Amino acid sequence: MAIEVRDVNKSFGTTPVLRDVSLDVAAGSLTALLGPSGGGKSTLLRVIAGLERPDTGTVLISGADATRLSPQRRNVGFVFQHYAAFKHLTVFRNVAFGLEIRKRPKDEIRKRVMELLELVHLEKLADRYPSQLSGGQRQRMALARALAVEPQVLLLDEPFGALDAQVRKELRTWLRRLHDEVHVTTVFVTHDQEEAIEVADTIVVLAGGEVVQAGSPGEVYDNPANPFVMRFLGPVTEIGGSLVRPHDLELSQDPVEGGSPAVVSRVVRLGFEVRVEVEIGGHEAWVQVTREQADRLGLGPGDTVHVRPAPGARSLALAL
Amino acid sequence: MTAITVRPSSRVAGGTAAGLGTAVLYLSLIVLIPLAAVVWRSADEGPGYFWRSVTTPDAWAALTLTVGASALVALVNLVVGTVIAWVLVRDRFPGRAVLDTIIDLPFALPTIVAGLVLLALYGPQSPLGVNLAYSRAGVVLALLFVTLPFVVRTVQPVLLELDTEMEQAAASLGASPFQTFRRVILPNLIPAMLSGTALAFTRAIAEFGSTVLISGNLPFKTQVAAVNIFSQIEGDNTTGAAAISTVLLVVALVALITLDVLQRWGSRRG
Amino acid sequence: MAKHVLRVVAVVYVMLLLVLPVALIVWRTFGDGLGPFAEALTSPSALHAFKVTVVVAGWAVLANTVFGVGAALLLVRHEFPGKRLLGAFIDLPMAVSPVVVGLALILVYGRFAPLGGLLESWGIQVIFSTPGMVLATVFVSLPLVVRAVVPVLEELGDEQEQAAHTLGASRVQTFVRITLPGIRWALGYGVVLCLARSLGEYGAVAVVSGRLVDQTQTMTLFVEERFQNFDQPAAFAAATALALIAVVTLLLTKLLRPKDRSDGN
Repeated sequence: MAIEVRDVNKSFGTTPVLRDVSLDVAAGSLTALLGPSGGGKSTLLRVIAGLERPDTGTVLISGADATRLSPQRRNVGFVFQHYAAFKHLTVFRNVAFGLEIRKRPKDEIRKRVMELLELVHLEKLADRYPSQLSGGQRQRMALARALAVEPQVLLLDEPFGALDAQVRKELRTWLRRLHDEVHVTTVFVTHDQEEAIEVADTIVVLAGGEVVQAGSPGEVYDNPANPFVMRFLGPVTEIGGSLVRPHDLELSQDPVEGGSPAVVSRVVRLGFEVRVEVEIGGHEAWVQVTREQADRLGLGPGDTVHVRPAPGARSLALAL
Repeated sequence: MTAITVRPSSRVAGGTAAGLGTAVLYLSLIVLIPLAAVVWRSADEGPGYFWRSVTTPDAWAALTLTVGASALVALVNLVVGTVIAWVLVRDRFPGRAVLDTIIDLPFALPTIVAGLVLLALYGPQSPLGVNLAYSRAGVVLALLFVTLPFVVRTVQPVLLELDTEMEQAAASLGASPFQTFRRVILPNLIPAMLSGTALAFTRAIAEFGSTVLISGNLPFKTQVAAVNIFSQIEGDNTTGAAAISTVLLVVALVALITLDVLQRWGSRRG
Repeated sequence: MAKHVLRVVAVVYVMLLLVLPVALIVWRTFGDGLGPFAEALTSPSALHAFKVTVVVAGWAVLANTVFGVGAALLLVRHEFPGKRLLGAFIDLPMAVSPVVVGLALILVYGRFAPLGGLLESWGIQVIFSTPGMVLATVFVSLPLVVRAVVPVLEELGDEQEQAAHTLGASRVQTFVRITLPGIRWALGYGVVLCLARSLGEYGAVAVVSGRLVDQTQTMTLFVEERFQNFDQPAAFAAATALALIAVVTLLLTKLLRPKDRSDGN
């Protein structure tokens, strides 16, 4: 295990932020800490980095107890949400910082920094200052800076949180590819389930300061531990006292086995997918169908349809 | 893997404690212990002596002149300082940048030099034919000189930050320029104006150097409290000097506490 | 119309109160050319006063710069009970009359005071000597560096410092490589303000120095003493020199003022 967190508790004042959190991160993995804001995910990441000290519990990095080690001695790479770029240093000097601290020879620093800048596609901007870079470029610089010291683990706090949607999507793909290239154990914090599913190979869902579920994206999406996780990871709708994904529902005009009659209240076309809002037994629900299906059914408000779960659909009974 | 002991969050970290200790020691040796010694000495001979020291005719005259002149100066600054700040922010004319820079000159100019330059223009050899030397008007002039930047520099940033859309909104709702000023701009400026005035007042009651030359230090006429204290020290009456000093300290503290209250009031509204 | 009235009021007020008096002194000083000015400032007394001023101001600025940066870090980056009180104490010197500062120091460090007596027995004379003048100058200029640095340190935040820590930098390395460059303009601004205040201090130094000509006389004391002794040319020359220093200070602070610099480049 690259990182082992055991029974960590942490409070700010009287507010508990982490409660008995335990976590294993496999070497070479790319793990997402996913959860709503205030769920404790950033605090957990900062505890791993040594930027916060846990009240109780231990943190092991590569098998060694790091609980009392200062961040200076942990050899972790940390990328801050707002980049924490050293404003007075050029891109080159920012990336070289950790190596200069370690008193590496000048030639070696130069070579390593240029390699990293190529890796993050900033080699042409080496002499610029952070204020002359775009948000995405600054984030890539921060990443190169963290990687320069060859950290045992790379920690990223909401790495794409401050970027606009387009850049965010590009960087996601790029981070995944980068990880496949450098293979460093990586943990990143996000509140965006799509980002977690797309990038990570393990997702740890944190809420209320506790680990709610951990597993591969497929597991967490398909077998959510509770309604909260199911809601958080993707769209849900409620039918017959159960939560079900709207794309796991089928519509037909004629009665079918296991189907319930429903009345269409609205049809919303969102490009390729169509959102059909229906009323079933006094409850509102919605079903996601493709445009072709919608055209075939020729649905309009007031029509009666029959709704049933598709074969293999996962649903989660809500406690009544 | 044993759990580490719970750290009490109220404990101050080691580095903090060392830094705090050094800072407190430095402050104590230079500021706090000496000031406490002044208050201590003023009470040395009992409350009767304290009262007599403060109410000797010359000391009392100096104190009332100081507080009266400072109040007048604070008031002038309240009005003129706001006008200057307004002109600096809202008006555009050649030389405005120069005006903006030289407003701070009284902060940088030694007070004795301030007194000397005022005496040169408004003294016995005045080329303008105006002689304010050895008069209370001369004292007021000196205090106006040294307190000029306070109101300007507290009002200016607030005025800069003031959203002009607010004024446009008022105008679109039918307010005249004067109504806009009185109902929209002024209420936003008042906390800063009063802060600057309190600072100017505190500075004025403490002022020494600029009044030395132009006032002539005539007891009962132009001698301000600081000069009175100075002459008592020279006359080796440190207990009397300490008594008047204590009164000045108390007046300054009252003004500063008022200022703090005003600032909180301002920030709550802001 | 109203606009022009306000403009005229502002300009005339500043002209009459500030510009004309200072201009008149400069004109009187240089009225007879540079010769008398140079002569007045190179007299042995003037040179000695200049030396005393530089020594006293130098020590005071050094002490307050070190204290100022340390206290600012303490106030912004650390949590401890009584923080507001410490901030208030640091601002206290602003509210104290220079003469009271002098009296306060005499009462503690004078020959007949306990602490002063103790130092005297070790051969250190404070009052009527350089140490006392340094103490007085430190007192009056104490808040300037702290107050210049605190807002910039707050704005800077501690993320860059944390980033440096995670990259392996020690506290000292982080301070030298990250914090100090981040506050350098504000620090320069505070130091210039502190230096100007130190060079120009009159009241507090007048009390603690004993005003001994050619011994504890600073430039400001020299101006007053020459003027009282009807040596106007020397007084005006020294005053002009101090005014020029003030103007240079003003331009420097204008250059360094933190609000005019959004970043460190």
